[in-house]
Amino acid sequence: MSHRVAMLRGDTVYRVHWEPGTDLLVGVCHCGAEHDSEDPVALWDWLLSHPEGHDRG
Amino acid sequence: MTFARNQWYVAAYGREIGRELFARTVLGEPLVFYRSEEGEVVALADRCVHRRYPLSESRLEGDTIVCGYHGFTYDKAGACVFVPGQARIPRTARVASYPVVEQDSFVWVWIGDRDRADRSRIPRAPWLADPGYTTVSGMEPLAARYELLVDNLMDLSHETYLHGGYIGTPEVANTPITTEVDEDNGVIYVSRHMADAACPPFYAKSTGIEGRITRWQDIEYHPPCLYLLHSRVAPVGVLPEPDGTDPHGFHVEVVYAITPETEHSTHDFWAVARDFALDDEGVSEFLRESNRTVVLQDVTALDLLERVIAAEPLGYQELSINIDTGGLAARRILKRMVAEASEVAPV
Repeated sequence: MSHRVAMLRGDTVYRVHWEPGTDLLVGVCHCGAEHDSEDPVALWDWLLSHPEGHDRG
Repeated sequence: MTFARNQWYVAAYGREIGRELFARTVLGEPLVFYRSEEGEVVALADRCVHRRYPLSESRLEGDTIVCGYHGFTYDKAGACVFVPGQARIPRTARVASYPVVEQDSFVWVWIGDRDRADRSRIPRAPWLADPGYTTVSGMEPLAARYELLVDNLMDLSHETYLHGGYIGTPEVANTPITTEVDEDNGVIYVSRHMADAACPPFYAKSTGIEGRITRWQDIEYHPPCLYLLHSRVAPVGVLPEPDGTDPHGFHVEVVYAITPETEHSTHDFWAVARDFALDDEGVSEFLRESNRTVVLQDVTALDLLERVIAAEPLGYQELSINIDTGGLAARRILKRMVAEASEVAPV
């Protein structure tokens, strides 16, 4: 989505987008896989487990 | 968790180091600093090898320190060049010397294995020594572990509660946040980009912007020591150029250096640089006083938190919520740095 902010330009950047007013976090791995969560601890666990569970379907 | 050794830390502002001996403890290591006759900064262990007397309480003679207890004399590299009452200088008579780099108004010191010190890895805060910016700065001692200051600075939602009336507006609290982690380079970036926000009176007055603004507030943390808060305001819709230059934006660069003193105390260096109203002393005074007030409010809260944590049993289970996404990333990278440093420590 175009409105998502991306400031870092490295090859291995993990991103978590959060819209205050909702409770949802969207994690985006450097491989392109995405995952939603309401728990930042669980979401970091998912991101850092790359490539496990990061099939882009 | 303890310290991340084998890293660069800010030990002082360059202006603090002159021809007087200057003591400062970094990562539990007492250091003595001075400026040589040629102007370079020297850092040595602040304990005489003989009977541990603090060299900072001694005397500078040319480029040597003469211990104030028995006269052991050390050169810039920490080698003993004179011992009292005998001609032979014992082979082990030396104090450790520390790699030092003066950059961006700071004195950076390497705490760790000397041969691993790479000055190109020191993160930059170029605004602090840029004539295109005016900077106010200071340092406050914090009686709390450095991790508490990292937590504090990574989550700016505390602005609304701890610093009510100073910084933080409802729009800041209601703006989408993106947290990024560059795993290879060890950088954490938390962005708040407000496309259309009210212009706080301070910015309206000091920049001359009329009407609403595009306002960015971006945290860039280079663990363990350097924290940058890039604050950018511009008339609504005015963005940086594709090449990264930003001639139509107004910038306030807030810089913190988070340097552990001991396991329970921290040097809290802070600086605020701006690229507008450069010669307006009223603007400098406002930024100096408001930032110092905010830092002191943090100091009071974190000192209290340190006492609470120090007195509680191990294993307290904290709760992390969405606003902690960046703070959690910072903690993880710090933990990794501590682990890496202990892996290579000599046994």
